[in-house]
Amino acid sequence: MKQYIDKGKKDTRSGFGAGLLEAGKADSRVVALTADLKGSLKMDAFADAFPERYFECGIAEANMIGAAAGMAIAGKVPFAGSFAEFVTGRVYDQVRMEVCYGETNVKIASSHAGITLGEDGATHQTMEDIALMRALPGMVVINPCDYTQTRLATVAAAKYDGPVYLRFGRPKVADFWPDDLPFEIGKAYVLNEGKDVTIFATGHMVWEALKAAEALEAEGVCAEVVDIATIKPLDTKTVLASILKTGAAVVAEEHNMAGGLGELIAGVLAATAPKPLEYINGADQFGQSGTPAELLAAYGMDAAHIAEAAKKVMLRK
Amino acid sequence: MRSSEDLKKIASQVRRDIVKMVTVAKSGHPGGSMSCADFLTALYFNVMDTDPAKWTRDGKNQDVFFLSAGHLTPVYYSLLARTGFFPVSELATFRKFGTRLQGHPSVEKGLPGITQTSGSLGQGLSAAIGVALAKKLDKDPKSVYVMCGDGESEEGQIWEAGMFAAHHKVDNLVAMTDWNGQQIDGTVENVAGLGDLEAKWKAFGWDVIVVADGHDMDQILAAFDAAKAKKGHGKPVMILFKTEMGHGVDFMAGTHKWHGNAPSEEQCAAALGQLEETLGDF
Repeated sequence: MKQYIDKGKKDTRSGFGAGLLEAGKADSRVVALTADLKGSLKMDAFADAFPERYFECGIAEANMIGAAAGMAIAGKVPFAGSFAEFVTGRVYDQVRMEVCYGETNVKIASSHAGITLGEDGATHQTMEDIALMRALPGMVVINPCDYTQTRLATVAAAKYDGPVYLRFGRPKVADFWPDDLPFEIGKAYVLNEGKDVTIFATGHMVWEALKAAEALEAEGVCAEVVDIATIKPLDTKTVLASILKTGAAVVAEEHNMAGGLGELIAGVLAATAPKPLEYINGADQFGQSGTPAELLAAYGMDAAHIAEAAKKVMLRK
Repeated sequence: MRSSEDLKKIASQVRRDIVKMVTVAKSGHPGGSMSCADFLTALYFNVMDTDPAKWTRDGKNQDVFFLSAGHLTPVYYSLLARTGFFPVSELATFRKFGTRLQGHPSVEKGLPGITQTSGSLGQGLSAAIGVALAKKLDKDPKSVYVMCGDGESEEGQIWEAGMFAAHHKVDNLVAMTDWNGQQIDGTVENVAGLGDLEAKWKAFGWDVIVVADGHDMDQILAAFDAAKAKKGHGKPVMILFKTEMGHGVDFMAGTHKWHGNAPSEEQCAAALGQLEETLGDF
């Protein structure tokens, strides 16, 4: 199996902060807005480097999205950031009207997404945001897997002309994305080639999927791991090529079933080449307080559960 | 610059356009369109520095207007057509399938002069502030204008935007409230009273100008002059225009009942009988 080196545990939100600074240096049109969460979203370096291009909005997310849209209309490239819940559910109407139907070049920076937010509990563990953002015409949805990919995705989002939902998280996780591997919006990455089963994973679940593939290898199962970094538009070519080769797949995401990656891939397969699927996700429920590792295990979303699901789905081929 | 008398004549034609568009479309929002028709006519014909021939959506080096109360497309489209953004004849397509003149403003359809979509109330002020801040970053000396309804001011986002603009000293922004006292379900005071709007905006850190008669062209022009004089003084400006819903047609005036209803053919004829045709109907 292809080996990926964990360069050290880092949070994906810090990858966003680094990418934002990089994008800001490369393009003076880049501006940043936040609703009293500069530190949490690691925007400090950008704010220090470009104080005139950084806008503190206070705890008023609706206005932040609107102001960002206005700045985009006037030619800026705004990144508007807050916790996942507050830049999706709380401001869904604003994102729909001002950003998507309004066709403004706004980047929604969404941190602390998913159950791995941990101790803050269910109020902040957003697992419905991908569904909400996917439903909006014109919205690109990116859910990078680690620090390096989040940094690269942030830079790519700044260069892309159009609305982007960029989802990342709070906990420190393995940073394994090779520094020399470029990131492209809309591309799925086959991180490990296999023949028996595919694991489609997104976000923090990609590392869990790689660990699961390692465990499966020890049991003689050759699992293909595909990183779906861009959920919309989905790289259907890569998805179909993989599952037509392996014949069965697990879809792993830190999101609930409704409107998530699992349903998305199921929909693509139903219309083209139906194959057995198993789902690793938050089902249809809210989370609770706990450490990220505890929660992933308790909700059936860690590497061990992915490996089990892979074996199960192979039996249905 | 046009005289008050000329502007009044144009506003009469704009009201004719409003009544005709809504009648032809058999739907739309005439009441609020007619309450703000006078000061928006002044804004488009005398106050704003905008050139349809050079207009771009980014508003660079031009004054920019946002219609936050997006349902007031009849007055908006009439003014855009009458100032040369698109042919007056296109007003006949209002709300028809395939039109650029969507029920609420759409940028997707590419109608010249439309800077942003609106229709979900309370959002235009924030977007206007965003453009104003970008203009400051770009050292663009032009201004941003935005119109909100008084009923719309029940939206919390209006007050989020109010705090934000004052905090960031957005002093190249002139907001207007069409204070006609009516909304769909009745009078604003009966639905969800706004209280002392002037005191509220002052408390939010804005410079406030109150126009006692928002249909008096001299008062309107004086208010815009005063607003321009306040530019660059560290505060956003709010002009509160006290107006009458449905102003200009006796049976439509002063009631919420014409917020979102189209006149019948007979009512249309009666209304047009009260409004002088000054620029030629579409």
